[in-house]
Amino acid sequence: MTKRYGQAIAVDSISLKIPAGTYCCLLGPSGCGKSSTLRMIAGHEDVSDGDILLGNTVVNDLPPARRGTAMMFQNYALFPHLDCVDNVAFSLKMKGVGKTERRARALDMLRLVDMQDYAARLPSQLSGGQQQRVALARALITGPSVLLLDEPLSALDPFLRAKMREELKRLQKELGISFIHVTHSQEEAMALADLVVVMNKGRIEQADTAREVFNHPRTAFVARFIGGHNILQDNGRTISVRADRASLAPPAAGESGFAGTVRAVEYLGSVVHVGVSRAGNGAAEADGFLVAIPENRFFTAPVAPGDPVTVSWKLEDVHVLEE
Amino acid sequence: MRTKSYIPYLQVAPLAFVFGAFLVVPILTIIVVSFWDYDFARIIPDFVLTNYQELLSSPVTLRTYLNTLRYAAIVWAVTLVIGFTVAYFLAFHVRSDTWQTACFLICTVPFLTSNIIRMISWIPFLGRNGLLNSALLGAGIVNEPLEFLLFSDFAVILAFVHLYTLFMIVPIFNSMMRIDRSLIEAAYDAGARGLQVLVNIIIPLCKPGIAIGSIFVVTLVMGDFITVRFMSGGQSASVGLMMSNAISLMQYPAAAANAVILLALVLLMVGAMMRIVDIRREL
Repeated sequence: MTKRYGQAIAVDSISLKIPAGTYCCLLGPSGCGKSSTLRMIAGHEDVSDGDILLGNTVVNDLPPARRGTAMMFQNYALFPHLDCVDNVAFSLKMKGVGKTERRARALDMLRLVDMQDYAARLPSQLSGGQQQRVALARALITGPSVLLLDEPLSALDPFLRAKMREELKRLQKELGISFIHVTHSQEEAMALADLVVVMNKGRIEQADTAREVFNHPRTAFVARFIGGHNILQDNGRTISVRADRASLAPPAAGESGFAGTVRAVEYLGSVVHVGVSRAGNGAAEADGFLVAIPENRFFTAPVAPGDPVTVSWKLEDVHVLEE
Repeated sequence: MRTKSYIPYLQVAPLAFVFGAFLVVPILTIIVVSFWDYDFARIIPDFVLTNYQELLSSPVTLRTYLNTLRYAAIVWAVTLVIGFTVAYFLAFHVRSDTWQTACFLICTVPFLTSNIIRMISWIPFLGRNGLLNSALLGAGIVNEPLEFLLFSDFAVILAFVHLYTLFMIVPIFNSMMRIDRSLIEAAYDAGARGLQVLVNIIIPLCKPGIAIGSIFVVTLVMGDFITVRFMSGGQSASVGLMMSNAISLMQYPAAAANAVILLALVLLMVGAMMRIVDIRREL
């Protein structure tokens, strides 16, 4: 699947192949082109240049419904004047499926998302999570080979978000179709995706498995965006060191490190984040250096802001980034 | 601390006074007067039903009401089609906000003059020797002037449509602007085409706007007398005209009885429309 998008360049000559049955997350900060990419795949945005292929078919000029894609909108976009069944049955009605059949099929679909008890309700009578399930049912009833989700979880509260995340993953496994999920939350992308696509300024920075992206970020942008990495200049190279691989100890043999001052200590439950400024050139690394220490280990030798410390990491944990 | 119990009453008093003095009292006066008696020169406080009896037993009344309803129905249908089309164009085809505002202002330009002047300005255009007839004759499209253009039902309806279409455009436009654009995308995503989107999404969601516009247009046409008098040249009658004639003959009780019946009829029509469409959502 290759496409380019010309004027104002929201998406700049990106090329990506997503294997069938993959849970793919497009990840990036707002304005990175991930939503435009999704909307082009869905057919709600024209492709300025390049092609979108689904299977072996070029779908550039097909209307959304003939592409074999279905889209779930960020604000769900349920039709406010139709009850749940009619919302889900809408695409069948457009195809001219008879009333009894389409209502029965819509009910089956509602059962799949566990919403059959709310069939006769209007969207305004449902909570955000319930609306989302209905929107999911409505997208799935067209039998798409690709489901496109535009920041589906951003409107939910954190607890519900975790629950829906699980459910999305389960549905994707059950149905065996591809999901393309746009998100700006790296946590969401890592939890869900078989394929994480990190985008920045209309380009793909890296497309890999979650583990690969986390362990071997290709660029400094990816390392920063995915979090948990320290980016350093080292002999003209840009390197990254994972926060949880660094420790507050003097460097031993085969290790590297520096001396500095504790800038901040954050207790986060299972880990404690210690921010360290390097002695002498604090300005050069404005971010500071982050060390993530498991809680129990931190409290065997606690430090406080202002304490002098030494930070060290094993040379094998140094990962060299591309410029 | 307990709020003093009369405070809320004081707070609603100004509005209650305005409603009472300018709405309730006049209507009650009309109702009271409709039971009074009258002769050629005076009105006599009394309680008689003759005003209603005369009115309801007269075939002229029925004919006039039917004619007024006919005007209302035709004007409603025409303003609805034009109003919906214009609102649709403004809401969905004019992309930039600036142009949308500009077009909207253009729609209100006719309202910068009084409606009498707007009506009168049709006369030199539509008249027997008016602009339109001269143009048609000059172009050889017709051989003799078209007579039906002025002082006819056609002229009355044309003037009504000209006067009242904006009352349809505004509420429908308002409804359309409230439709979340992602709903339309979602409909396309589900395979709906242009006309299906219109029928299944846009029209149902515009219903409150359509209802509000319809209430405006229907009540305005039902109560009108000046447009009918000017544009039909006295050849057609409407309920308003009938009342205006009764008033000019000093038959105030007869006019009052007619007003009560018209008010009841219009309230029934508005009530029926509000039953079909829940307009509160829009207010």
